[in-house]
Amino acid sequence: MALSRFASSSRSGSLLKPLSSAISLRRPISTDTTPITLETSVPFTAHQCEAPSRTVQTTANELLTFFRDMALMRRMEIAADSLYKAKLIRGFCHLYDGQEAVAVGMEAALTKKDCIITAYRDHCTFMARGGTLLEVFAELMGRQAGCSRGKGGSMHFYKKDSNFYGGHGIVGAQVPLGCGLAFAQKYSKDEAVTFALYGDGAANQGQLFEALNISALWDLPAILVCENNHYGMGTAEWRAAKSPAYYKRGDYAPGLKVDGMDVLAVKQACTFAKEHALKNGPIILEMDTYRYHGHSMSDPGSTYRTRDEITGVRQERDPIERIRKLILSHDLATEKELKDIEKEVRKEVDDAIAQAKENPVPESSELFTNVYAKGLGVESFGADRKEVRATLP
Amino acid sequence: MAAIFQGVGAAATLSSSPSNSFVPKKFLTSPRRSFCVPSSVVVRSDGSVNFDLNSKSRRAQQLVANATKADSSAASSSSNPGHELLLFEALREGLEEEMERDPCVCVMGEDVGHYGGSYKVTKDLAKKFGDLRVLDTPIAENSFTGMGIGAAMTGLRPVVEGMNMGFLLLAFNQISNNCGMLHYTSGGQFTIPIVIRGPGGVGRQLGAEHSQRLESYFQSIPGIQMVACSTPYNAKGLMKAAIRSENPVILFEHVLLYNLKERIPDEDYICNLEEAEMVRPGEHVTILTYSRMRYHVMQAAKTLVNKGYDPEVIDIRSLKPFDLYTIGNSVKKTHRVLIVEECMRTGGIGASLTAAITENFNDYLDAPIMCLSSQDVPTPYAGTLEEWTVVQPAQIVTAVEQLCQ
Repeated sequence: MALSRFASSSRSGSLLKPLSSAISLRRPISTDTTPITLETSVPFTAHQCEAPSRTVQTTANELLTFFRDMALMRRMEIAADSLYKAKLIRGFCHLYDGQEAVAVGMEAALTKKDCIITAYRDHCTFMARGGTLLEVFAELMGRQAGCSRGKGGSMHFYKKDSNFYGGHGIVGAQVPLGCGLAFAQKYSKDEAVTFALYGDGAANQGQLFEALNISALWDLPAILVCENNHYGMGTAEWRAAKSPAYYKRGDYAPGLKVDGMDVLAVKQACTFAKEHALKNGPIILEMDTYRYHGHSMSDPGSTYRTRDEITGVRQERDPIERIRKLILSHDLATEKELKDIEKEVRKEVDDAIAQAKENPVPESSELFTNVYAKGLGVESFGADRKEVRATLP
Repeated sequence: MAAIFQGVGAAATLSSSPSNSFVPKKFLTSPRRSFCVPSSVVVRSDGSVNFDLNSKSRRAQQLVANATKADSSAASSSSNPGHELLLFEALREGLEEEMERDPCVCVMGEDVGHYGGSYKVTKDLAKKFGDLRVLDTPIAENSFTGMGIGAAMTGLRPVVEGMNMGFLLLAFNQISNNCGMLHYTSGGQFTIPIVIRGPGGVGRQLGAEHSQRLESYFQSIPGIQMVACSTPYNAKGLMKAAIRSENPVILFEHVLLYNLKERIPDEDYICNLEEAEMVRPGEHVTILTYSRMRYHVMQAAKTLVNKGYDPEVIDIRSLKPFDLYTIGNSVKKTHRVLIVEECMRTGGIGASLTAAITENFNDYLDAPIMCLSSQDVPTPYAGTLEEWTVVQPAQIVTAVEQLCQ
């Protein structure tokens, strides 16, 4: 399994002294909230604005939460991979492993009043917004307990109460929706922002620029986040975009390029963006990230990139490993404790899968529910008004 | 173009009925033309009532709740003066009243704000409600329709105007995938209370791209409702009902009908989104129509009456879903159906309606259903050719004669 490979690599050049491991057996995992000051791996690159500082403040508690959340997401996506191969998940399944830092870092910078909308690679974003594993697996397997009652599938996860607006299959179509959410926030004076996520492939959609234009004209608190994993399905970014500097393509809108594999950098950038958008209107964030899996489960992911590239990124930039190294080097937890967290997480995922497998499929009457909002006539009566002769579309 | 049409009883629909009980059949098949202020209640099989509607002339400002007044002493309302206005003004009135009533209603479209709307439907609304509620968008239908849908997901009630229905083709993805489907794919979490409206239909030599009838393109999208208005009375009523509806509604207006004049009631009223309007009760043949073709049909009806026929004319108004109840009652009475529409022949509203009637009421038909629709051609520019693209009254008369042989 992938994670075990990294346990060994982190030991090389480890800053852990052998003695402390004995002591740490007694010390509980640090839930300290004293601030720790760190630097992001790479500085931010800015377009038409002042880049935020490289120095970020975090706490032990936060770092451990990041680790746990990302490990959970990673484990969830790997489990989804196996479920797909076992034909329990059908259709399209787009996995997010490798990109966890974006979801986790963004969530850390926001409140539940802020809206997030994304495309079809939404499992982890849904989890970050407060979704449960059961909802995820049940929806993926098309069961009743799924977040969309089994009627949406992998590409249609939504969570209204935490302002997560999905989950959209058509590339780029969620960006105007996101700007609409920002419009509604401005209209209702919510003092909140919307993060509209899209990929490097979607960055070439016209509706994106249309929406950006309108958002900039109307001063909407919209933040467009390009999750640049460098491949639009099988097409590398340099083959699809004349200008792959996505953060600059907003032209009049300011942009920021962020190392998307560094959860602290993501958090810093999102905090900065939120402040900026509330005052000055739309801003573009480009998250430089990477996906280990192919575009979806039907794509092996190796026909357009080399295995070396994938393993290279895993070794050098993996988000979970980075946090693990940070935690270990600052002595916030021992290796064993982190391994225990991973084991716990694995068990959680397995339990959720078992529970989801038990869950029933939706009733046949569910086929016709939620087509229209309740109460508006879709039934047409026969001439005698006594029986429903036709249920019309 | 401006056919000044004095429609006194034209907007009469089915009789007023008690709200919470079964509608006695005799009411509905009564041929007496009621001059009542139209009120119709959809009584569901469980006795619940859909959409509160207008009762008689009553209090001016308040929204009239369920029509509990059972009696059909309809004539009393004709003493109610009301006020006269043109169709586009009626639309504006409806929109304005809803915007006053609910601060969540906003309007988005090209030139709707400062310019006042290309057909003056939103004239002066920007001055009254401000730039945040009446929004001028750039020419970007795909994205501003998407933005309207996004805003609707949070609970706002945007009214998106397409300057011409043909331009909404650019937003088709948003309308079909997001507008229609989000309620379903989110398992009911989000409702999309958006109204998409705009003029369509064949105008006066506007050219092929600006004379499109797109009802057929939208009709298979699950999750949306479609209505077509034809008189100032139902324009205002449908506009208000559409705004209040929790479902996405596409309101089709017609370029040539904007200057129709009619007297409409002063008080608040809405029209049921799913109900058809009985324009002229009759015995011999049922003519189903909507939007501008209603007037061609009524013109043909005059000729037909002189020739001794008694056509029943129904303005179906609700294009999705069809009001098979009203239509079915009519078919049961007359046994002959003629559909007159402006939509394209192939896969048009008439085609769907023919299928629906045949499936449900085949036993009651004495003759095959005839459907007169526009020719399957892009609308030509030349005036004479354009006339022949749409159905003319003479053709309707011939068709009825053929049908009634």
